[in-house]
Amino acid sequence: MSAGGIPPKIQVRGLCKAFGPKQVLRGLDIEVARGSSLVVIGGSGSGKSVLIKSIIGLVAPDSGSIEIDGEEVTGLSPSERARVTRKFGMLFQGGALFDSLLVWENVAFGLIEAQRMKRAEAKERAIATLAQVGLGPDVGHLRPSELSGGMQKRVSLARAIATRPEIIFFDEPTTGLDPIMGSVIDGLISDCVKKLGATALSITHDMASARRIADHIAMIFEGRIIWHGPIADIDRSGNPYVEQFIHGKADGPIRMQVRA
Amino acid sequence: MPVFAPIGRAVLTLLAVAGRIALFTTGSVGHGLTPPFYLRLILRQMIDIGFYSLPVVGLTAIFTGMVLALQSFTGFSRFSAESAVPNIVVLSMTRELGPVLAGLMVAGRVGAAIAAEIGTMRVTEQIDALTTLSTNPFKYLVAPRLIAGTLMLPLLVVVADIIGVFGGYMVSVYKLGFNPTTYLRNTLDFLETLDVVSGLVKAGVFGFIVTLMGCYHGYRSKGGAQGVGAATTNAVVSASVLILLFNYIVTTLFFSQ
Repeated sequence: MSAGGIPPKIQVRGLCKAFGPKQVLRGLDIEVARGSSLVVIGGSGSGKSVLIKSIIGLVAPDSGSIEIDGEEVTGLSPSERARVTRKFGMLFQGGALFDSLLVWENVAFGLIEAQRMKRAEAKERAIATLAQVGLGPDVGHLRPSELSGGMQKRVSLARAIATRPEIIFFDEPTTGLDPIMGSVIDGLISDCVKKLGATALSITHDMASARRIADHIAMIFEGRIIWHGPIADIDRSGNPYVEQFIHGKADGPIRMQVRA
Repeated sequence: MPVFAPIGRAVLTLLAVAGRIALFTTGSVGHGLTPPFYLRLILRQMIDIGFYSLPVVGLTAIFTGMVLALQSFTGFSRFSAESAVPNIVVLSMTRELGPVLAGLMVAGRVGAAIAAEIGTMRVTEQIDALTTLSTNPFKYLVAPRLIAGTLMLPLLVVVADIIGVFGGYMVSVYKLGFNPTTYLRNTLDFLETLDVVSGLVKAGVFGFIVTLMGCYHGYRSKGGAQGVGAATTNAVVSASVLILLFNYIVTTLFFSQ
């Protein structure tokens, strides 16, 4: 809780989650201030995805507390959960576009299904949102499978921001893209988040991307946050784990696991 | 006791699977009966499941009707009961072969397609994406398929019954020398409403089973292409076995007073 009494947008305390015998999150604490952009870095299998899925509600945590705008969201009923979910937008790693729908129908999906907007009006909004991510109206009538990876990411970003969410989650936004397209996507992410005044929580293992979109950085290792601070401090963290990760050294305290 | 451990494990696995399917079923039906309803999606599934299954179901039915006439004729001629052919054909088609064969064909065609589509949506995170867009995947994906399957299979079976009887008629009249008028009169005189109704009830049950198994195995698939392949196989195999099991159960309910 900050001094002014305004609760942080997202507050996670003591989050634990195990899948069978494998303990993925071991008492994780994290806090994202309103309107800021936090990037969680960490290796594969460190629990990044489970963290983000727990906050969204796709994974039920074993214990711990998750507060959105000061409201506890673990153990909410489905209808209350749906009300909280309306604050969220998410960009999935693989895009996760609906391949049975046209591009504009994908972007307009949340407007039509969740906000009950008329199709014609939603289409206008979708075309406008596509323009915001640098895609022309002609792209709207293509199928997602006809687009390149970078274009799919743009459409997915447009879908995530079309409902003007208060919190946007980014799951490995640059994975699978070439460095130039990665940089373009990062630029779009920063612009869109600022324009909406949204709070952003991203997970990535791409340090270049993290430096471009983060205000704050947190490093996750073995299901706990082991370092966090402003982006400016990342190069003088004094933490051997962070040092090894941001420089991508094979030798250091972090040992890669073979099994997921 | 090394003998009992594997047996116990198998029983526990079976119970766990039965429990998961039961929970999935009640959840799906619950979501299917409460708004919002996606009429556009229900309609599209009805066309996919019903209309596009017509050729395969029709072909199955006509050959089944033809072979029924031929087999019962050659068999019954041994004790001079050839005149029973029209009754055998119409009763077998409406009570048993229409619904069961249509169910099995639709299990192969529709059950597999549903499992593959929903399974791919699962492994590419499209189902998670639905949730983040405030849309319940059970209402959006599962319910329309269950509703369409349960409604469309009886219609397919009506068509299959008619085509099957027609196939038997063709063989009997043009190959076996039956009198057309007598054949049709015998067909209709011995047919009771219950024969057709029981077949249609079966069809509804089978339509539900096929779409439910497709959705269930697709929804739970994991691990990429291989997982989706396994889900497709499991959907078709489990739907086929359950169709034969429920065929017996429904027959018992209707005809074993």
